[in-house]
Amino acid sequence: MRDFPLKTGSNAGQNTLLDIRNLDAHYGDFQALYGLSLRVQAGEVVSVIGANGAGKTTLMRSVSGLMRNQAEQVVWKGREIGALRADQIAALGIALVPEGRLLFASLSVEENLIIGGQMKRKGPWTLQRLYRLFPILQERRNVPATALSGGQQQMVAIGRALMSNPELLLMDEISLGLAPVIIKSIYEALPSITGEGLAAVIVEQDIAKALAVSSRVYCLQEGRVSLEGASSEVPRDAISRAYFGV
Amino acid sequence: MDWINTTLQGTLLGGLYALFAAGLSLIFGVMRLVNIAHGDLIVLAAYLALTTTVMLGASPVMALLIVVPLMAGLGYLLQRLVLNRTMGEDILPPLLVTFGLSVILQNLLLTGYSADPQKLQAGALETASLPVGGLSVGVLPLIVFVVAVLTIAALQWMFYRTALGRAFRATSDRQDIAQLMGLHRAHIFGLAMALSLAVTALAGVFLGIRTSFDPAAGGARLIFGFEAVIIGGLGNLWGTLAGGVILGVAQTLGAKINPGFQVLAGHIVFLVILAVRPRGLFPRMD
Repeated sequence: MRDFPLKTGSNAGQNTLLDIRNLDAHYGDFQALYGLSLRVQAGEVVSVIGANGAGKTTLMRSVSGLMRNQAEQVVWKGREIGALRADQIAALGIALVPEGRLLFASLSVEENLIIGGQMKRKGPWTLQRLYRLFPILQERRNVPATALSGGQQQMVAIGRALMSNPELLLMDEISLGLAPVIIKSIYEALPSITGEGLAAVIVEQDIAKALAVSSRVYCLQEGRVSLEGASSEVPRDAISRAYFGV
Repeated sequence: MDWINTTLQGTLLGGLYALFAAGLSLIFGVMRLVNIAHGDLIVLAAYLALTTTVMLGASPVMALLIVVPLMAGLGYLLQRLVLNRTMGEDILPPLLVTFGLSVILQNLLLTGYSADPQKLQAGALETASLPVGGLSVGVLPLIVFVVAVLTIAALQWMFYRTALGRAFRATSDRQDIAQLMGLHRAHIFGLAMALSLAVTALAGVFLGIRTSFDPAAGGARLIFGFEAVIIGGLGNLWGTLAGGVILGVAQTLGAKINPGFQVLAGHIVFLVILAVRPRGLFPRMD
């Protein structure tokens, strides 16, 4: 299935932030990922595409620690973190915007943001800066987070992750269930988020969106990497083959 | 006038029930844990205060300085070492484990202190009273009631105004996502249980001053606590205080009609409220 040349091997430079090595992930007896390898360099935006059930969310859960695996299968700046708890991984500077947003319903908009920053990691992101990026959130800061519209909730979810001042931002299907005009405005905000050297992994079903915002792309199929390459160079027909497996 | 007096006494008794209930309400709110051993922990606190007063010759109120932190520490360890291992999707394992803990506590207390009823001696405080407009209000019940109101107010403030309260609410909403915010669930749960047992220590000491207790006294306290929580509505601390007062008033009015009706009257009012408003009078939690 690997029609496009797969870059594996040990070209990990000094700047490799995240290095996933032969990751196998299981839900009980069901194996969701098979020997998956993926690398993110400092400051790089990587997109992960694939159909439903390809393993994208499992990959996000594994990196963020919501799913724990073999320690050596996930390496962060040379340190094996695959078996750490989610709170330990968050403290290292990896933040996840989970699929479906999953805001805290009994917290206000502002409290959701504050709790994102409760680890007090140093960095550029503060409440004031977030409110400049998403002014509507300041207007509605005392409203229960789940009373917002879907798009505004997604802004809170992204803001909550940014407030921890991460070095790597994982975004799982941030356009899911949102109107196209909202998706457009959220994607327009992305460059000002990743602009200062924040590395990101963007999981997306919309291939065009994924390619437009990333420098490299991985396509997953049935728990394996079916394609990897520079976003601007991979041919579309190779992507469709890697995506659908036909 | 007699009825007004009875209602007033019942209201003050409700403060004690609210203290029984606040700890239950807190841990149920944060981690959906139903602690069957809660009543026995109240009695344990009373015995710890008894030992403290006997050994140090201190008054029961001074004993709080030792018993409250001791129970809080015990709560943290209990949660981290035992109860956290039982927490999961299924609510049955923690229920069974706290039931077992209840049996163990009762038997340990029986072995350590015998089955003889005990009481905490608070001296003149026990009988002191204030004349209020023709009525006579006991100083001790009044203190208990004021402490209950202050405790509920403090818990409410902690829950909605502090970082710890935010962490409690976030963990209650979504345990996994709270973990992503750097909140270690096992630790947060430990803190919630510590706080719960700190309130339990207050309840136990006041129980021991007000009435005699024995190792088997926990069961009824658990029931009264539960009833206060349910009457007030799950997840609402001020509701829990209201629930305690309603239960206390029902019991004292029942006792006035016929001394044998005291506990029964409380249960009947509880059942009626449960039938009419299954979610309690002031529900907050979904």
